[in-house]
Amino acid sequence: MSILIDESTRVIVQGFTGEKATFHAREMMAYGTNVVGGVTPGKGGSRHLDRPVFNTVREAVREVGAEASIVFVPAAFCADSIMEAASAGIRLVCTITDGIPAQDMMMVKRYLFRFPRERRTTLVGPNCAGIISAGRAMLGIMPGHIYSRGNVGVVSRSGTLGYEAAAQMNDLGIGQTTSVGIGGDPINGSSFVDMLKLFEEDPETEAVMMIGEIGGPQEAEAALFVKENMSKPVVGYVAGLTAPKGRRMGHAGAIISAFGDTAAEKAEIMRSAGLMVAPSPAELGSTVAKALAKQPTRKRVVVK
Amino acid sequence: MDIHEYQAKELLAGFGVAIPRGGVAYSPEQAVYRASEIGGSRWAVKAQIHSGARGKAGGIKLCSNEDEVRQAAKTLLGKRLVTHQTGPEGRVVHRLYIEAAVPIERELYLGLVLDRKTERIMIVAHPQGGMEIEEIAKSAPDSILRESVEPAIGMSAFQAREIAYGLGLAPAQVSRAVTTLLGAYRAFRDLDATMVEINPLVVTADGQVLALDCKMTFDDNAMFRRPNVSELRDYAEEDPREAQAAEHGLNYVGLDGDIGCIINGAGLAMATMDMIKHAGGQPANFLDVGGGASPERVAAAFRLVLSDAKVGAILVNIFAGINRCDWVAQGVVQAARDIQMKVPLVVRLAGTNVDEGRRIVRESGLPIITAESLSEAAEKVVAALKSSRAQSTAHGNGAP
Repeated sequence: MSILIDESTRVIVQGFTGEKATFHAREMMAYGTNVVGGVTPGKGGSRHLDRPVFNTVREAVREVGAEASIVFVPAAFCADSIMEAASAGIRLVCTITDGIPAQDMMMVKRYLFRFPRERRTTLVGPNCAGIISAGRAMLGIMPGHIYSRGNVGVVSRSGTLGYEAAAQMNDLGIGQTTSVGIGGDPINGSSFVDMLKLFEEDPETEAVMMIGEIGGPQEAEAALFVKENMSKPVVGYVAGLTAPKGRRMGHAGAIISAFGDTAAEKAEIMRSAGLMVAPSPAELGSTVAKALAKQPTRKRVVVK
Repeated sequence: MDIHEYQAKELLAGFGVAIPRGGVAYSPEQAVYRASEIGGSRWAVKAQIHSGARGKAGGIKLCSNEDEVRQAAKTLLGKRLVTHQTGPEGRVVHRLYIEAAVPIERELYLGLVLDRKTERIMIVAHPQGGMEIEEIAKSAPDSILRESVEPAIGMSAFQAREIAYGLGLAPAQVSRAVTTLLGAYRAFRDLDATMVEINPLVVTADGQVLALDCKMTFDDNAMFRRPNVSELRDYAEEDPREAQAAEHGLNYVGLDGDIGCIINGAGLAMATMDMIKHAGGQPANFLDVGGGASPERVAAAFRLVLSDAKVGAILVNIFAGINRCDWVAQGVVQAARDIQMKVPLVVRLAGTNVDEGRRIVRESGLPIITAESLSEAAEKVVAALKSSRAQSTAHGNGAP
């Protein structure tokens, strides 16, 4: 098991024929992702990377049974593409594009909530590295080779810091079920809590690493969720101890603007909610190892 | 993106928010002319810099005649104002706003923010203006009025009325406040703002409701579709290094330390800075080279980091996903050769094509210190800085 995607998930690429999308679609296929086609308005009926191209997402759903989509559409048109996918019944949309206006995201979020829960689209991103279920499928732009099959779920705002965590775990022989980048924007599709819920339900995941940043309320909400709802150990880390107030640190969402926004405050909230917090970013892997060692031995899922 | 007070007032006035009469001035003569144009017998001469708390820093002067206006303008133009928002270096005043001073009966607080928790625009109001809302939020959070707006519907008149009555306004002023609230909301929505703050919003002795000080911040991601806002950008208010970085597609924030950082990804950049601090050093900057870092971009990053005279050592930390380590390594080696770097350089590469990248660095013949892990990289750069400082001090003392 894994969360969100596996090797059977039928994936389409929105903005398929663009340069970046082409590069990453190839990488995703090489990793074993079941890419069944793509969408570029105006290029429907042609083929790209030996897959069919459609004019609309609805067509892709009808013709090739698309279930998940990865969006590489430019920022100015991205909200529209996400809503198109949701309307067509795509159950998972992962948006890599960065630079989407915040009010567009506000609108997208309201749009997604129009649908009843059972057919509501899960949006991951924007401005994220995507999703990888180690050894199974990749809906993202990460270097696939740094992940290995295992029992730890990873959820991170930052892409590269998620890579760092995976690499540190691998050095200690710890693999991952799924790693999700939720993105660095102030308004994003899925929160830490959304992903923690899925990891809690996933039988293969034994522990979760959650990597936050300065800015916004999501890390604190997640800490509370862990305390009240999670049986699995969660290891936390919050980047940005050295970040000054009021300065945006790269990500649009990484800005200390309110009480409880600093890295130190968030780490403290995590600790008081019972999370193990990595004392430095060099100890992401070793803290996970400690958390796993503390666990009463569960039945391990043997992975071949 | 931030704009000046007078620009925010002009924009808001276009949406029906009432403001005192005023005009911008770049010289003492112009200031006097503006005052006579505005009329009346009392004026506020206000320094225009991108910062709040200008009054406390001496940036706002009340004047009762032309001579005082001229004198105030002379004093303020070219003056360096230091507030808690500008940092110790402060900001030089290049523009003034001359405004009719109004007799104030009450001061209120009004703010609109993009609330990350509800993912909606939220109106925040308080019956006591002129204070900092952060302080009120800490000391008396329950006294703050809040109203969040349904994006598809927009702000409704009843929401504005609830706030106006909640602020304790007299019936005659409620409709004026409602106009202000609805106007501020529409300005926020239609111009892609992320923050509108009217502090104070005042009730004058003759019952008007006026925006006395305004601040607006905009969503950088949306400026492509708001040319009338983005043209208000004042480059003199921005850190020249940050502007230079933006030109090269780099993301740079200057800090106070002495270890220059070149990293890919905002999260990893922050974490690396944390790691430097953990190892006993102080980062000089945040710098995200982003995805697809070409050799040219890496070279630009080096020049940028080295343009900060405080930098005594540099740490490059790249975890390549979209980036490729060999590309980055070529950029690093090329930059190190071209710039003839005099400070120690520590490079840590990981991810895609890492072996090839490390080989390029190793075989370059340059004195580049390499590291494999994040902790090793941070420790090595802190140590390298110390030893190079020790050496230069030794030279300075004339020791062998």
